Amino acid sequence: MNFFERLFGKKNSADSAKERLQLVLIHDRTDLTPAELDSLRDDLIATISRHVAIDAQGVQIDVEHDGRSQRLVADIPLKAARRRKRKIK
Amino acid sequence: MPAQVITVTSGKGGVGKTTAVANLAVALATSGSKVVCIDGDIGLRNLDVILGLENRIVYDIVDVIEGRCRLKQAMIRDKKTPNLYLIPAAQTRDKNAVSPSDMNRLIKDLRADCDYVLIDSPAGIERGFRNAIAAADRVIVVTNPEISAVRDADRVIGILEAEDKGPGELVINRLNPKLVKKNDMLSPEDVLDLLAIELIGIVPEDENVIISSNRGAPVAYDPKSRAGQAFRNIARRIKGETVPFLDLESQGNLWERIQRLAGRK
Repeated sequence: MNFFERLFGKKNSADSAKERLQLVLIHDRTDLTPAELDSLRDDLIATISRHVAIDAQGVQIDVEHDGRSQRLVADIPLKAARRRKRKIK
Repeated sequence: MPAQVITVTSGKGGVGKTTAVANLAVALATSGSKVVCIDGDIGLRNLDVILGLENRIVYDIVDVIEGRCRLKQAMIRDKKTPNLYLIPAAQTRDKNAVSPSDMNRLIKDLRADCDYVLIDSPAGIERGFRNAIAAADRVIVVTNPEISAVRDADRVIGILEAEDKGPGELVINRLNPKLVKKNDMLSPEDVLDLLAIELIGIVPEDENVIISSNRGAPVAYDPKSRAGQAFRNIARRIKGETVPFLDLESQGNLWERIQRLAGRK
């Protein structure tokens, strides 16, 4: 990387390689395509909504890795919980 | 004591598997062990030329499996190191000439007779790779600090885990310390973060590797070569010694990073 690239904030190539690998490896290891992850997300929203009101827009589903093991992490904001929070403020 | 069977594999081709096998075999044998290396790349054999033994081949591994010769007849004794042997691959056959159970049988016969069996796996994750890992007690995964080699190494590690051959131990080959310093090459730390397996060696990029393969005398014989030193260190780690990782840069910048690795989270 030369002076100008640094000046304009271009990322070092090793950093891009690492970031790209992190994403690629998640999909290689889990065999889950982004489309399958989306459909899993929709199913989860539908199922959970039958029991409790959730903020469907705010649902986040990610595959995280810890060493060589993968975990599916879902962050599902509840509508009721949010309202309560605002009242306290 | 029966031999330890070590398979060297990588997924991607061209990362230095054959070079690693030749050098580890030389380093293990020159330090006193009896070593037999097997070229598992049937149809594309190369371990013979790297070891400089191409003119001595009479029988190959397929001849042993198909009963045309005895195991001993296919073991070529190295010209420089008398306790090093090569069982060459067949050149005019393909991977389907051998099955994992053939490999198990052949290696069972070898175990009583030497200290280490080193198997050079072909690239890929198909039949040839399955043959190469069938009898392995220990697997060494070779990679380069480069995006496609790391990705393929991860795939291979996943398969090794699924086959109960453990995650394996990692050799990072052809590391260029200058590029790492400029942050234009994945560092050993980055590679270990991504692959999350144990490191057994870092081999710097070294033109002596090409020079020595031209001559058919692995770089591990060269006392001055840094790659040769790295391979000799890996051989000592295989034998159970604790050897610090090479100071790849005399200035010591990378060394500090590698030391940090030792105590990494």
